[in-house]
Amino acid sequence: MLIIVCPFCGKRPEIEFTYGGQAHITRPERPSELDDQAWAEFLYMRSNTKGIHAERWRHARGCGRFFNALRDTTTDHFVATYRIDEPQPQIEQPAEPVPPP
Amino acid sequence: MPEQAAPLDDAAPPWPPLLAPATRFILHGNAAVRAAATAAWGVPFAEEACRARLLGSRATLWMGPDEYLLLDRAPAEAAGDTASGLERAMAGLDHALVDVSHRQVAVEINGAHAGHILNGGCPLDLDLKEFPVGMCTRTLFAKADIVLWRTAADAFHVEMWRSFGDYVRALLAEVARDC
Repeated sequence: MLIIVCPFCGKRPEIEFTYGGQAHITRPERPSELDDQAWAEFLYMRSNTKGIHAERWRHARGCGRFFNALRDTTTDHFVATYRIDEPQPQIEQPAEPVPPP
Repeated sequence: MPEQAAPLDDAAPPWPPLLAPATRFILHGNAAVRAAATAAWGVPFAEEACRARLLGSRATLWMGPDEYLLLDRAPAEAAGDTASGLERAMAGLDHALVDVSHRQVAVEINGAHAGHILNGGCPLDLDLKEFPVGMCTRTLFAKADIVLWRTAADAFHVEMWRSFGDYVRALLAEVARDC
């Protein structure tokens, strides 16, 4: 079982968490002014990263809070977790997958 | 709550008994709300994560950054009266106070094997260094959401939603047989 670090509660087992999709996607301020193409981009288009991916997670069976995580999609290793109001930690995309600790 | 089903065999231990009915509230609010609530509830609120404060029969348990469980294990008055007092104290402040007294039931698991029994369904590290006395959290026991609160080195207070009561207690008894 993976151990995921909740920014509020600390190290917790993965079954307490739910996945919340790609992080840092901002909802357009005036959706009615967008054309279909731009709205579809916001709704459906997501990156399909091989490597470190910023995504939202929710500590659903704990404190209930959403937070952001950097996860290596090739190894499932959580490189970092941070609160929604914190900036994304700058971690360079490694040439090789980040091995789990 | 139905009576315990007939045991599968004579060695099946009894289910842990339900604790007496308690008064419970979920409070959402910022530091100003918590300060006002403390005046009415009589117990301060832990500001650090996953910690409970206990004073007499009343306790406050940290559930999330702005969410607390208020628990009175020996209420002297009706929950509605207590809620009115809290609402008066917090008047004018943005908050949410919900009476969940009847939503949850509780059991106490104590004794030298208490941690082992809970680990039969809960994957948290319950070593005293990792989960000290006074620590509380919402977590999972097998498929059920529970609130786990360590009240002593060898005692845990376990809150569960009422409809999961049979499931959790039967499973606790089953695990206890193997410990």
